[in-house]
Amino acid sequence: MGSFSIPVELIRIVVGVVAIAAFVALNAIILVYLERKVAGHIQRRPGPFEVGPHGILQTVADALKLVGKQLIKPAGADAFLFWLAPVLGFLPIFLFFLPMPFGPVLTTLEVPLGLLLILAFAGLNVLAICIAGWGSNNKWSLLGAARGVAQSVAYEIPLLLALLAVVFMKGSMNLSKIIDSQGAWPWQWNIVLQPLAFLIYFICAIAETNRAPFDLPEAESELTAGFHTEYSGMGFGLFFLAEYANMVVVCAVATTVFLGGWKGPFFSGSWWFLAKVYLLLMLMFWPRWTYPRVRFDQLLNFNWKWLMPLALANLLVTAFIMKVG
Amino acid sequence: MTETAPFFSDADLAGDFYTRRFQPGPSENTLILNMGPQHPSTHGVLRIVLEVDGEYIVRAEPVLGYLHRMHERMAEEKTYLQYLPNMGRVDYLHALAWNWAFVGAVERLAGIEVPERAEYIRVITTELNRVASHLVWWGAYLLDLGAFTPILYAFEDREWILDLLQTPTGARLTYSYFRPGGVAADIDKEFLKGAKDFAVHMRDRLKMYKDLVTDNIIFRKRLEGIGPISLDMCRRYGATGPVVRGSGLAYDVRRAEPYSVYDRFEFEIPTTGSGDAMGRYRVRMEELEQSLRIIEQAVDSIPEGEIRVKGAPKVKWKAPAGEAYFAVEGGRGKIGVHLVSDGSNRPYRCKLRAPGFSNMSLFGEIARGILLADAVAILGSLDLVIPEMDR
Repeated sequence: MGSFSIPVELIRIVVGVVAIAAFVALNAIILVYLERKVAGHIQRRPGPFEVGPHGILQTVADALKLVGKQLIKPAGADAFLFWLAPVLGFLPIFLFFLPMPFGPVLTTLEVPLGLLLILAFAGLNVLAICIAGWGSNNKWSLLGAARGVAQSVAYEIPLLLALLAVVFMKGSMNLSKIIDSQGAWPWQWNIVLQPLAFLIYFICAIAETNRAPFDLPEAESELTAGFHTEYSGMGFGLFFLAEYANMVVVCAVATTVFLGGWKGPFFSGSWWFLAKVYLLLMLMFWPRWTYPRVRFDQLLNFNWKWLMPLALANLLVTAFIMKVG
Repeated sequence: MTETAPFFSDADLAGDFYTRRFQPGPSENTLILNMGPQHPSTHGVLRIVLEVDGEYIVRAEPVLGYLHRMHERMAEEKTYLQYLPNMGRVDYLHALAWNWAFVGAVERLAGIEVPERAEYIRVITTELNRVASHLVWWGAYLLDLGAFTPILYAFEDREWILDLLQTPTGARLTYSYFRPGGVAADIDKEFLKGAKDFAVHMRDRLKMYKDLVTDNIIFRKRLEGIGPISLDMCRRYGATGPVVRGSGLAYDVRRAEPYSVYDRFEFEIPTTGSGDAMGRYRVRMEELEQSLRIIEQAVDSIPEGEIRVKGAPKVKWKAPAGEAYFAVEGGRGKIGVHLVSDGSNRPYRCKLRAPGFSNMSLFGEIARGILLADAVAILGSLDLVIPEMDR
């Protein structure tokens, strides 16, 4: 009997997407709390402390407040673009996590070109910033968007080149394969083979996610709040969620490509993956609360004059060694 | 592209004198940007109308008066002592210097002698207040440059000063502590000990601030060579305080026109020749150290005695007819109070010279051709306190 059956792959994707949505939202709540605590301790104060024990429910309260706020569209703003931007900034998050190997079997979708998928859709974030800045009918937003586009486009190149060096060595863009090729111990990870690529990748990742000291698109002391000046409630909330999700994505990619993914010296599994991701996230919090912001021309100079040539040289040397050795 | 948003009619625009006056120039590639009066790095309600080409500033014009409270006019309605609390509100960061400028002018007008102990108390409290003022500037400036943490460290140190000062003055921010002929209350041994302890503590912190902030490569790249101010410009605009000292002239009212007992203390007038934002930053950081030196010397040598002269002016006191001008060195520059008396119990005219006004007037000239981010760095380096500028 030709009974109607749902393909297993579809179930896998649906379950995966639901799990990813839960993961992203939960992560944002934990990360915001964590960042505020880290910031608090760097600044010699306790951080959130009132809502719940040690303030752990503070971000939940903040999220509820954000959801309850009125959505305001400034007069003269392009309604379609204005509301499209936050959604466009948030939606690609799901695609980033689809090929991500959280554990030995915890991969939603085994894609041979997983890394390419992530990098391709990472470009959409720029579009969201651009649309938000243009659609807001605010000059500060527009300046923020202009900065965001120039910055993202510039920093994407060394980021790609740094990852490409690893891809050259492993001959695969499949994230699971890249993890398989690495061992469990730290000296068997790709970071030992490609330390420069990791450094370049991490700096570019901070810039790509618009984190301080490269938070120029939203530089609040210069551009009030940059591209999201005019957003209120969940319009802002989605940008905020996307920022934190993007941080997880770049750290997850770094973990997978450079730090052996879910493999660890003992009890390999998802917890190693999460531990490494969170360690990198902590590293991303650190400069934000200790460094001043760079100026825009300095940011671009740093990219074009240092990161780009270094990444290119790294790639060339890698290719040369692969060919000869 | 003209930057008249379609939903504004011309009539709406005409409502604002400055926006109307500030239409884009002959090149149509620029836009008019209102920086303030509500902007995170104008610290209050300073408004600057900018014409920008991309992120480059073509023209900049400060618009003042959003915090004008008619302090000078109020002087004509109040008796001399009733007017004193206004002084704490003119510049809330260095309130005691304004206190001093006003009571100094009254004393000069009436020829009142101040007891020695009162002079020492004035020196100690004013210098403590100067350190607090510079600390707020330091934290806020770093905040402008995108570093979030320093302001919390600065406020931690400042808290120490506020705790100290609240005992004799009874206030934590808007002091009205000085009186013509002395001060309102005596300071005790605990205060003196606290002031010395603070000096020791603050030296440690200054070392840390130097390591963490002043030597930071991003910070230095943001400030060095930014917003150079020549001595000629200082002269034309009447800039004083750290701004003129940052440009290389060792002009400090405490040395140039010595008042009170400042001639008894050893301290230096820090200067740098660079004239850029970094120069002004270094001058202020060095001034913190010099203020600590003055505090320590004054605490060591403070004499016993009266804190207020016998027959000091009371509320309904009538000043002799005449004119008097008294200037002190405030955290932002030369503070001057000019009093004209017609012999009644109220000033006939009171002119307040606010250093921030002159320093800020420079901005329009140095802002030409710089980046928006540098504008923030320059504004911060001028250490603007808007209530003082608007008075």
